[in-house]
Formats: sequence, C-alpha cells, structure tokens
Amino acid sequence: MQFALPVLTLCIWLPIVGGLAVLTSGDKSPDVSRWAALGFSVLTFLISLLLWTGFDPASAEMQFVEIAPWIPSFNAWYHLGVDGISMPLIILTTFITILVIIAGWEVIHYKPSQYLAAFLIMEGVMVGVFSALDAVLFYVFWEAMLIPMFIIIGVWGGPNRVYATIKFFLYTFFGSVFMLVALIYMYFKSGSYSILDFQQLPLSLTEQVWIFLAFLAAFAVKVPMWPVHTWLPDAHVEAPTGGSVILAAIMLKIGGYGFLRFSLPITPDASATLDWLVIAMSLIAVVYIGFVALVQQDMKKLIAYSSIAHMGFVTLGFFIAFTIFNRSEAEGGVVLGMAGGMVQMVSHGFISAAMFLCVGVLYDRLHSREISTYGGVIHRMPVFGALMVFFAMANAGLPGTSGFVGEFMVILASFQADFWYAFLAATTLILGAAYTLWMVKRVVYGPVTSDKVAGLRDANGREILVLGTLAIAVLALGVWPDPLVNVMDASIQNLVQHIGVSKIAAGPAAVAALP
Amino acid sequence: MTFDYAQLVPLVPEIAVLALASILLLVDLWLKDDDKGKNHLIAVFGLVVVIGLTGLVGSEHREIVLNGSYIRDPMSDVLKIAILVISLLSFVYSRDYLRDRGMLVGEFYVLTLCAVLGMMVMVSANSFLTLYLGLELLALSLYALVAFDRDSPSGAEAAMKYFVLGALGSGLLLYGISMLYGASGSLELGPVARAVAWQGADNQVLVFGLVFVVIGIGFKFGAVPFHMWVPDTYQGAPNPVVLFLGSAPKIAAFALAFRLLVDGLGQLHGDWQGMLVILAVISLAVGNIVAIAQTNIKRMLAYSTISHVGFIFLGLLAGTVEGFAAAMFYAIVYALMAAGGFGLLVMMSRQGHEVERLDDLKGLNERDSWQAAMMALVMFSMAGVPPTVGFMAKLLVLDAVISIGFWWLALIAVFFSVIGAFYYLRVVKIIYFDQPEIAGPLVVGTGARFALSFNGLAILFLGIFPASLLAYCQAAFA
Repeated sequence: MQFALPVLTLCIWLPIVGGLAVLTSGDKSPDVSRWAALGFSVLTFLISLLLWTGFDPASAEMQFVEIAPWIPSFNAWYHLGVDGISMPLIILTTFITILVIIAGWEVIHYKPSQYLAAFLIMEGVMVGVFSALDAVLFYVFWEAMLIPMFIIIGVWGGPNRVYATIKFFLYTFFGSVFMLVALIYMYFKSGSYSILDFQQLPLSLTEQVWIFLAFLAAFAVKVPMWPVHTWLPDAHVEAPTGGSVILAAIMLKIGGYGFLRFSLPITPDASATLDWLVIAMSLIAVVYIGFVALVQQDMKKLIAYSSIAHMGFVTLGFFIAFTIFNRSEAEGGVVLGMAGGMVQMVSHGFISAAMFLCVGVLYDRLHSREISTYGGVIHRMPVFGALMVFFAMANAGLPGTSGFVGEFMVILASFQADFWYAFLAATTLILGAAYTLWMVKRVVYGPVTSDKVAGLRDANGREILVLGTLAIAVLALGVWPDPLVNVMDASIQNLVQHIGVSKIAAGPAAVAALP
Repeated sequence: MTFDYAQLVPLVPEIAVLALASILLLVDLWLKDDDKGKNHLIAVFGLVVVIGLTGLVGSEHREIVLNGSYIRDPMSDVLKIAILVISLLSFVYSRDYLRDRGMLVGEFYVLTLCAVLGMMVMVSANSFLTLYLGLELLALSLYALVAFDRDSPSGAEAAMKYFVLGALGSGLLLYGISMLYGASGSLELGPVARAVAWQGADNQVLVFGLVFVVIGIGFKFGAVPFHMWVPDTYQGAPNPVVLFLGSAPKIAAFALAFRLLVDGLGQLHGDWQGMLVILAVISLAVGNIVAIAQTNIKRMLAYSTISHVGFIFLGLLAGTVEGFAAAMFYAIVYALMAAGGFGLLVMMSRQGHEVERLDDLKGLNERDSWQAAMMALVMFSMAGVPPTVGFMAKLLVLDAVISIGFWWLALIAVFFSVIGAFYYLRVVKIIYFDQPEIAGPLVVGTGARFALSFNGLAILFLGIFPASLLAYCQAAFA
C-alpha cells in the first residue's frame, strides 16, 4: 500500500533539520533547545508510527517505497523502503532517541545544543541506514553515522574519551571501506546500485566468498563480534550515558541488520560455506565474553560485554540456518532462528538501553561506575532499585521479559541444528544470570556500604518516566511478542526462501543438500 | 596573411586576467599606503567579471585557435571556472592577514593573477609550447610568491628549494617534450597523437620521452618520489601563499597531465598506466603514513596533498571516460577542500602570529563553534567520510579503478585511506576535545567568515548532491 505522505523521508530529514535548528539556536537558552529537541524527536516518533499502522504484514515486498534520481550518471538513486525486518528497527530508533533526549535533560551542561543536535542528526541518519535500498545511499548513511557518534563520545565522554572515540571510528571505518569495494564490484556486475538487484545477482562461489568476507569485516565490527569487539567496551565506558544507549540499542543492531539485508541474501552460498566461521565467532562471544563480563569491576564495561554476548545470539540465530537446512527438510527451525535473532535485537535494544540508563542514574549522583563504590542502593533508592533489578532479570533472560523470548527462540532453533550449538548457547542462561545478578547483588542489595550511598536520593520523575517506559516495553514484548513476530514473519519467510536457493549461475548448487 | 580577430573570442578570459593584472600594477603606483585595500577590491571584482566572461565564452563545442596552439573545450571551461573561484576564495581569505602584515600591496595580486593566467593557459594549451609557457608563468609567479615575506628567512629558504626543484622538474619535462617532438615532428597535441598512433609504442624515443614527461608531471603534482619540495615549501611560505599554492594549481596540474598523457600520448596508455600505478601507490603510502608523524599542520596538509595526488592518479590511470571525469572531479574537490583547510589557518593567524602548529587549533570549538564545524567538515571530507564530497570523489575514483579490473588497487587505496583517516581525525579531536591555549573568541573578518562558510557548505552540498558538479565533469569528456 502506498502512502501519499513520504513517511520515510520525513523520518530521516525531520530530525536532521531539527538537529540543525537546535544547533543554530545556540546555548543561550538551553531550555529552548531541550524542548525543541524533544518536540522534534516526539514528532518523528509519531510519524514513524505511521509505518507500523500502515504496514501490510502479509507482504514481503518493500513498502513505503520512495524513489527519485540522485546521481543519474552513476545510476545511484534516492531509493527508500522498508520491510518487516527494517520497520521495527526504525521504530526502535525513533523511540529510543526520545528517551535519550529526556535522559540528558539536566545532566548535560556543556554545550547542550550541540549534544542534542548530535543525537537528532544521528537519529535521522540511522533511520536512513535502515531504510536505504540503494547501496551508495546506504553507505553514505552508514558512514555518516560515525561523525556525530565520534563527537558525542569525544566531547561529552569520560577521561579516556579521545582514545576510545578514535578507536571506535577507525575500527568501524576500517571494516566498512572493504564493504565499499565489494559494493562497487557488484555495481559492475549488475549495472545498478540497487540492493534488491544485488540480491538477485548471480555470483560465482569465489566472488561470493570475497564479497562475504568484505561484508563480514564491516558488520562484524559493528555488531561487534569476537575478536573485533574490543572497541566496544572502551567506547561504552567513555561515552556519556546517551551515547552508550544509542550505541548499544541501535548502532549494534545495524550490524545485525546488515547480515540480514546484505550478507545472507547477496551471498547465500558463501554464507553456507562459511557459516561455521560466524557460528564459531558467535559461540565464542556467548561463552567467552560471558566469562569476561563476570570479572568486570566497572558496571558499564560489564553491560558492554553482556551486549557482545547477547549480540552473539543474534548472529547465531541468523547463521544456524544452513545447518538446519542440511539436517532437516523443515524450514520452521530456520525461520525460528532468524525471528529469534530479530526479537533478540529489539529486546536487547530496550534492555541494554535501560541498563545503561540505570548506570547513568547512579553515575550522575556519585560520579563512579565502579561496582565497589556501591552497595545497598535499594535502601536509599527503592523505586530505582526495583527497576534496576527488573532490568537485570530481563538481561539475564527471565521468562516474562523480552530477554527470554529471543534467547529461547534461538536456543530452540539451534537444537534443530546441532545439540552442541544449543548446549553452548544455553550456557548464557547461567553465565548471563551470574554476571548480571552478581552485579545487582553487589550494587543494589546488601547493607549500605558508605556515606556516599547513604546520601543518595531516589530517582526523580524524569528518570522514572524514562525507565518506566522501558520497563513497560520490556514486559510487553516479553508476555506478548506476537505483534512483532507477525510483522516480520512474511519478510523472514521470504528471506529464508531466498537463501535456500543457490546463486551460483552455472553448475550444480554448492549446497547440495538444500531442499 | 590576415588575422581573424574572431579567433580571440575564446581567449577573452585570459586577456581579461592579463588586463586585470596590468591595471593593478598601474593603480598600485598611485595608491597611498593606507589605501591599499583598493587593490583587493579591484582584484576580487575583476575575478568575478572574469568568471562571468568564462561562462559566456564557454560552450559545448571545442574550438582550436591560434594555429592549433590553443584549445577551448568544455573541460577547459569547467577547470578555468574552478581555478578562478578557488583563487577568488583565497583572495578573500587572505585580505586581513595581508593587511595586518603590510603585505596588502599590488605586487601580491599581480603575481597571483599572473599565476592564474598561467594556469588558464595550461588548461587551454593544445601544443607543447603553450603548455610549457603556461607552466613556467605559473611556476615563476609562485617562486616569487613563496618568498613574498621579504624578512622571513624560512620563506626565502622555501622559495629557493621550490625554485631549484621546480626548475629541475621543468627541465625534465622539457627534455621529455623535446624527445616527443623529435619522434613525432610536431609540437601540436593533435598531430603528436596521430604520430604516436602510427608509430605505436615500438619507438624507443617516444617511450623515453614519455618517461621524462611523467617525471615532470610527478614533480609538478608533488607525487612521491618527486615530492620533497612540497612539505618544505608549505612550511616556509606565508600562509596565504600556501593557501593559493596548495589549492588551484592542483587543478592546473590535472590539466597538464590530461593534455600531455591523454590528448597527446593517449595511444601510449599501456605504458604510462604502469608508471602512474607506481606513483599512485607510493604517493598514497608515503603521504598518509608520514603525515601521521607531523606536528606542523602545514606539513601535515602537505603530506595529505601527496596522498590526494595518488587518488587523482588512480582516476587518470584508469584511462576511461569515467576515470578522467573522476580525476577531474577529485582535483576540483581537492582544491576546494585545501582552500578551506589552509583558509582557516590564514584566518586564525592574524594577530602577529602564524598558525602552523596543530596545537594552535586546540579548542577551536570553544572559541568559535561555527568555524570549528566548517573545519571539521573539511577534515572529514579529506578523510573521505560521507556525507561530504570527499567521499564522493573517492567513490568515483574507486569506481573507475574497479571498472578496469584493478580491484586490488582499490583495496590498497582504501587501506591507506583508513590510515589517513587517523590524522584528519586528530585535527577534529584537537578542535573539539581539547581545551584552547588562547582564551577568548576568534576575531575573524566578515569576508573570511563568509568564505569559510561558503567553502564548508559547498563541501557538504556537493557531497549530498554530487551530480551538480559531476555532470559538468562528465560532459567534458563526452
């Protein structure tokens, strides 16, 4: 169904224009900047809801398509559209941005207009990444995202921020330039930059492997997967709370989205050949990084490592597809794994955002992220303590919260692939519970350890509003994930059909056992 | 033999620049010391008129006049306008700097305009002699400009170094040209191209001449290993001169390379392609790696120039229409970015101290957030990060390189761009994350502020709508 209103264009450009407006308003009256930023972000969210209401879940086609010439001589188009995979992520983006703007309300005193403008511009660019259907356009948004994040971490970050932000930028930049070469290569094979054309493009296995590796370089850094994850803990620790939230809740999802939009459909044979590599990297992330998280002293670092472990589930869910193809005739498990990965992405968007916001609340009061600084917080901050415990439970995958749904679906699917995959993946239920709950035990429970903690004030209305909204989202997705699963079902079915067919032009299919 | 005066019509812009230079030379004699600002006004106004004239005489057809020694084609129109706009920008940037130092004299404008004239002649040259004439007019004006601050020993040293190495480069180029003349029997590019097509690459003299021509081009571009003059000259010369020297002449150098290698020796593409591959790869490597070690921002930008030259060569060596358009786009875009980068240095170094250390930029965001944002745009553009135009320029070049199957070359290029991104980011870091050494807001004149805004916004605009400039570049080779 076609809307007269260019919803996607509005979702991209309204926050960017709003960001520029906030930027020019200057720092003379921070309240004006704040309300303007909030207004723009709420308006964008409301517009993005049109995507949900107007979406046809029965169709796997791209919807809300907008197409206009951009660089004619280069055959690059301003081509936007969403399917069931990208639409929930766009709404996640517009939703989280509102919370980030509210969360930074009284906390940011240094050049607040630049801070808010960076987040608004970031929002538009991230929506652009999720909705671009032209490879050049995608790449422009993909890289443009780095600039505001670079500034956010570098200007409002912690003591070691310069190292962290440059590391973040260079890691991501390094990964993505190889993707650029792969995209240009495919342009010469297909004569267009359309991502949908790339997906239909026949490629030999050798070509696919190279292209797959180029994509892996870009997306694995972004997700981030072991062993290219090391920028993430640094970036998270140094970033201001809002930066951490955006980084964990949305930027990491862009890597996962890249696998679904690029790696799997464009290079299905290479994905089938090299799926062991991704699965191994995912399982190492789940198990090894889980242990690493256990020994962290810094709360943000702990959550950062837990993010890596949780994102390992996402990539595992996506890439067990080929093993299941080989084992059984049923596509049910494949769809389950992919849907699980998607649910996990959305759910992790809520939970990690909430966890970082919780740390932010504590940090704003005591200016410390060390676990040992705290103890017995619940005696002084009962409301906040309850919320933090709730989010920790969700992070550990407690049934009834959204954290459980995604993990359960992925573990169930991996049983159909291989018992040992499932076994290793399931260790997260123990490890995740261990590192999260142990942190909660040390921070929230126990006797009040110091005078500083004794002087804590409970969360104020603004903080409760932000955390409460997220708690509702986590709970809603946990008990009733159906709307989300339904919206993406058709697109995922379609993707599974697509990756089941070899793209090697001539000769027998590489994946002989495919149905 | 009658002379058809209609032949002079395509030369009107060049004649106008020459007339402007002459007028300034005369007017300056009657201007009092405190009235030298009029020089600036006349030069700026004159350049605007010349830009208009260039647009008027331009057309889609090519015309060859003056017995085959001069050509006006769509490429020369676009390049001339780009050169004039960049020169205009550098005049606006430099005014306050020159005034504060008592250097706002007619000679500066006369020399600069002679250099502009030289570049325009290069762009429109259709014979070896015209090309060399333009090149030497440009080079001699620049030698004098580098030493323009008479009291500065480092300026004199830089000028000397530039002169010696520049003369060597010109000599090598001339030697190569003489070989080509000997082998082809003509100075005009058209007949040379025909002679080359007929003789092919078997003629050793021709290939020998080609080697020297490529070396000459390498010298003028500042490509590794003929780059030694670039950092020293940039460091020693006054900032406005570096601004001028580092921007527009790159466009003229592109024209030099295109006229010689493609218009003249297009048939030897197979031979010069290999040479350019080597020059491009080592320029990318040396430029990007050595720039990391610099603490002087002028030297850093000098090495960054060298790495950008590598990219321009990548576009040229593809030898396709898309490749030439990409290289041309890159040259123009680079000139725009360099003008912005050096322009900020000129603007900042007003109060009796020359901004040349990286640390001088510390905390610029604190002092003037708009200028800081513009400089950040320039830096991100040089690093090739979208949505700035630097990315589009790199994309087009990579596209051209991959189209001829040199995907490994594209991988090398992107690899070194990532290394290069580090030192551009360091500048952004210094601007945004460090505390200023000098407190207080930046005092900048309206003209310069406008110029930098125009510059930065043009980088952003062209990055989002590259088709607006790209269409002209591609039409030039259609």
